Amino acid sequence: MSEQLSEFFASSKLFIVAGKGGVGKTTVAASLARLATTCGLRTLLVDVERKRGIAAAFEVAELAYDERTLISADPSTGTAELLGRTITPDDALVEWLADHGLRRLGDRMVSTGLVDIIATATPGIRDLLVLGKVKQLVAGDTYDLVVLDTPASGHAVSFLRSPLGLAEAVRSGPIRRQADEVLRMLHDAKRTQVVLVTLAEETPINELAETAYQLEETVGVALGPIVVNALVEPVPSLPASCREGLSSSERAAVDAALAFERARYDFQTAQRERLAKLLPLPQLHLPEQVGLTIDRACIISFANVLGEAISGLETD
Amino acid sequence: MARKSAKGPSDQPTDAAASYALPNVGSFGSVVRRSRIILCCGTGGVGKTTTAAALALAGAQDGRRCVVVTIDPAKRLADALGLAGLTNHPARVDLPDVPGEVWAMMLDTKATFDDLVRRHAPSVEQAERILVNPFYKNISGALGGTQEYMATEKLYELVNEPVDADGQPLLPFDLIVVDTPPTRNALDFISAPLRLTRLLDNRVFRALMAPARGGLRVFGTASQLVLRGVGKIIGGEVLADAVGFFQSFEGMETGFRERAQAVLALLKEPSTAWILITTPRREAVEEAVFFGTELLSHGLHVSGLVANRMYPEFGLLPDAKGVPALARAQRGATLAASHRGALQPLAAVSGEAPWALVPLADHDLHDLKELLNFARLTMTT
Repeated sequence: MSEQLSEFFASSKLFIVAGKGGVGKTTVAASLARLATTCGLRTLLVDVERKRGIAAAFEVAELAYDERTLISADPSTGTAELLGRTITPDDALVEWLADHGLRRLGDRMVSTGLVDIIATATPGIRDLLVLGKVKQLVAGDTYDLVVLDTPASGHAVSFLRSPLGLAEAVRSGPIRRQADEVLRMLHDAKRTQVVLVTLAEETPINELAETAYQLEETVGVALGPIVVNALVEPVPSLPASCREGLSSSERAAVDAALAFERARYDFQTAQRERLAKLLPLPQLHLPEQVGLTIDRACIISFANVLGEAISGLETD
Repeated sequence: MARKSAKGPSDQPTDAAASYALPNVGSFGSVVRRSRIILCCGTGGVGKTTTAAALALAGAQDGRRCVVVTIDPAKRLADALGLAGLTNHPARVDLPDVPGEVWAMMLDTKATFDDLVRRHAPSVEQAERILVNPFYKNISGALGGTQEYMATEKLYELVNEPVDADGQPLLPFDLIVVDTPPTRNALDFISAPLRLTRLLDNRVFRALMAPARGGLRVFGTASQLVLRGVGKIIGGEVLADAVGFFQSFEGMETGFRERAQAVLALLKEPSTAWILITTPRREAVEEAVFFGTELLSHGLHVSGLVANRMYPEFGLLPDAKGVPALARAQRGATLAASHRGALQPLAAVSGEAPWALVPLADHDLHDLKELLNFARLTMTT
């Protein structure tokens, strides 16, 4: 394991992976978690939406509130255990109330639908309780590292802003304390950093830049490297001798296919450079997959690519 | 319409489609022509807004008067439509050489909700009391499903009484295309109009509220305990706002409920088309399948399917024979095949619905011309 890699994972205990839907956020979160375990860190991957993706990728039964092993430890290679669990808002609320001696109230609120009214009266309370549970897990010593996969569809900012909003709306009491504690965790770069994921395309990059500024300015959370996903390799040129040996229809097909790939490569390169100008953060590059199914082998290979990319980052 | 006129990689998908037995590729245009309302559904990042705009353009090319309701268009799309300042009311898009019309608007959830409250409130004072209540502000901004609810409310308004930004009545539209919020499932969308009325109907809360007029002292012990518990969690002030909201809403539930029922009826009309939009990405396909299943369980069906970002096919390629460039071309063909294979699960929910396979572009859409081209690809593939 490289020095950069151990430094990278030592820099924070909580890695929050965020990005617009469709950019491969869950895959990146899973790969990052897997990479950490190869550095000997016992790692928990947290999903907040009961996404089927994680369970499918690791070929295990659907994740639940109780943690489950995604990849077992392998002492021969120094690989630690990778665990996964979900934290859904309703579960977090019931557990939080129970922790505050209000279990019966919690049951009553859920059974009567009062919980909806409370969630409406205090928007963000659901997200806050999820983050509160994450904070509890990060504070304990059960895990060396926690990787949090944020909600899809661009809600990362409102998700991470929830403690700020609640701190404004609720002036005292246990919820307020919870909001303050979560904020302290988010503001502490030694505890938390956000890894943003994007594709090398115009709209995802624009939205990523906006998200990055909002996270830094309004949430005040530290940003780690950006993962640029699904990049194509430079296109090799076709030797003239080889091209001449093709039939005219084959030649037309090959020319069109290669021209298309070249245009994609050029477009992605231009977008990557634009991203670098928009956001002065290190970029980690992941290759485009040919298969569409993300499985365990794929996560393991992505983890290796990420590991090499992190090892190649210049240290300040 | 410029049907079948252009040649490109997208014009030869049928052979490979047949090899994967993809159903009904090629008759998508008929869905647009026979619909009065089109709801574009799908998860985030699948090109829903672009597709919605393209379908409205396609309708205009058929000579119809169309309006597209967008939820949160990327700046690029608004720019492409020449509508950088989209508002909560339709504005006409300048479309040279197109026989019909396209109007566009961006849903403003809160403004739409405010209008709804004003419409149902028995007096201006009562409307104002609600509009300034913090609990109402949360509902109109953040309640799960509010965006879906307001999208359907706006749809109802566009069908029955379209007005422009100055409140002047507009001629009726032939086709209304709605870009839906990135909802997890159809149930959210269909049930959204009823969710608020359900919230207002919450019996426990109403029971708690009822004696509030006589002061908190008359509460039963059990209710007092619950309220005190809730107050402990979220604070007395927040609770008082909620109580105030429910009190000022008194008497308006019936109007809201009737309106919600009317909106729901509109969603179930046969001339309302539900179009699933996806990409070959597994999660997007899974969400589309889930959405389709939900539609079926509500007695509705999928009217059409658009698969965006399909890797194009370039015809029969030679063996790579160890030549890197040829291997690269082959890799593209593998991607194209895997994209088609990825759509297979959708056959289970699409029934007789036609499919449109729209090829991946090597760059993003920039202007109206490219959007028109996208519309053509959607209609002819």
